[in-house]
Amino acid sequence: MVAEASEHGRLDHAGTGMAKARKHSSPIGPLASTGDMLFKYAVMAVALFTLVLVWFLVLMMLFEAGDSIAEFGGGFLIGDVWDPNREVYGALPFVFGTLLTSAMAILIGVPLSVGVAIYLSELSPPWLREPLSFLVELLAAVPSVIYGLWAMYALRPVMVDTIEPFFKTVLGWTPFFEGEPIGLDKFTAGIILAIMIIPTVASVSKEAMMAVPLSQREAALSLGATRYETTRMAVLTYARSGIFGACILGLGRAIGETMAVTMTIGNANLISWSLLDPGQTMSSLIANNWGEADGLQLSALIEIGIVLFVIALVVNVFARLIVGRFMKAVPTTGGGL
Amino acid sequence: MADKIVTEGLNAYFGDVRAVKNVDLRIPERAITAVIGPSGCGKSTLIRCMNRMHEVVRGARVEGRVLLDGKDIYSATTDAVEVRTRVGMVFQKPNPFPTMSVYDNVVAGLRLNGERDWNKLDATAERSLKLAALWDEVKGQLDASGVSLSGGQQQRLCIARALAVEPEVLLLDEPCSALDPIATAKIEDLLFDLKDRYTIVIVTHNMQQAARISNFTAFMYLGELIEFDATKKIFENPERELTEKYITGRFG
Repeated sequence: MVAEASEHGRLDHAGTGMAKARKHSSPIGPLASTGDMLFKYAVMAVALFTLVLVWFLVLMMLFEAGDSIAEFGGGFLIGDVWDPNREVYGALPFVFGTLLTSAMAILIGVPLSVGVAIYLSELSPPWLREPLSFLVELLAAVPSVIYGLWAMYALRPVMVDTIEPFFKTVLGWTPFFEGEPIGLDKFTAGIILAIMIIPTVASVSKEAMMAVPLSQREAALSLGATRYETTRMAVLTYARSGIFGACILGLGRAIGETMAVTMTIGNANLISWSLLDPGQTMSSLIANNWGEADGLQLSALIEIGIVLFVIALVVNVFARLIVGRFMKAVPTTGGGL
Repeated sequence: MADKIVTEGLNAYFGDVRAVKNVDLRIPERAITAVIGPSGCGKSTLIRCMNRMHEVVRGARVEGRVLLDGKDIYSATTDAVEVRTRVGMVFQKPNPFPTMSVYDNVVAGLRLNGERDWNKLDATAERSLKLAALWDEVKGQLDASGVSLSGGQQQRLCIARALAVEPEVLLLDEPCSALDPIATAKIEDLLFDLKDRYTIVIVTHNMQQAARISNFTAFMYLGELIEFDATKKIFENPERELTEKYITGRFG
């Protein structure tokens, strides 16, 4: 839904959407026939309908969350208990889970993505660049449930047998790696999120790097810079705002991602800094519980949805403001938001 | 006068196109050599072969030898990076690093070489900016962005940046083509002052400029070196008819 709303905003910019329909003038002169007038109002109605739909969605969510908002007020955001038996609901464990897994996704995914982007923009031969870029962007089109399945059946065994024991041995003394490796935990969820943001972050970063003028690279090379130094000094610094925007865009996707996280995070409503403990994100909580929930619990779930909606909206708007000029490169996200 | 750079049977290609054809040229030390010729004659490509910048373009390659102090810069044992620290370059359009301050632009090359001593960096920045005749104009705004300067100042900033790594040779590829006459005059004065210390090769499409500042002139046409001699000789009494036609403006 939200994706549609932002899509709509972009169409308006391009002048093909509602903004143009509203202007009462078309590029090929006045509308003479009755048929044309009907056509015009029909498409205008469709365009306006999407706008109404978004507002309807927001209003419905606020209305449905009313009981929860009245019951818990501002304390909902800091409440750390989610107990349907006592009818006490707080959002903190899930805000925590979302922020922690998203932070992991950024921490792991961004260096990989920037590496991919540097290879594609600076080092790959042209015959390889096009197909490789296409494949990277194609990764964004893989449905997130497929990533989830892959994580459960291919990634999880590796996590349990190798990666988690390794981190436990090396960093077991920190609070981040306490507990037993089970593979269905925040660590696995963070890694699958990291993989899922790579297409977005890599392709937008690549576009930003390719927009750096050749003269900048030549300036560095002529001072005796190596390829690595040229990339660092002329390319990354010049493209830094675009790369930063790409990261925020990736963050937006990580925050909203539902299916793959629900399948891997272990679904426990607790706040724990250990990555080896299961957790819950805002989206996975909703996905897990909406079926059985009613009354106040359903209302609280919808309020969680509002919190998620607001966070994701702010992050995405912020990202689009920064990377607006590279937007053509943004692959359609399968599960974002 | 010794020869600083010597090209022997130099051919430069972009893919299948040969842009420089069998050029044998001797660039004298501590003098200004101008390379003139009509657009597309390969003069920029020629000087880009002298610091191995030609090969940066995809599909570009070089045949033949380019000797810097008698050593072939295209030999298997020569590092292109080292060549470029000895042979600096200034480009057609000023290209300061936009995210760096005036100061950081000037010392960028020094920092690449690992210089961290602030006293040394400060001294080099001041010396290079003075050499580039820019110090008096920017000494109060060293922290300003490099792109906040005027076009002429940006080009002198690029000259200062190239000089800061203390190259032996300075290659300039039509450095004044994007500048107004006043900024051009400033750069010409500055090059004139620098020629006692550096070997300078300047590509220009402006014949008056070549006549004003250079000691030697090379005339190129369709990728070939037509004539090379003292500037006075080229402009007053050229050997080749083609050179005379170009100098007198009958083509080009």
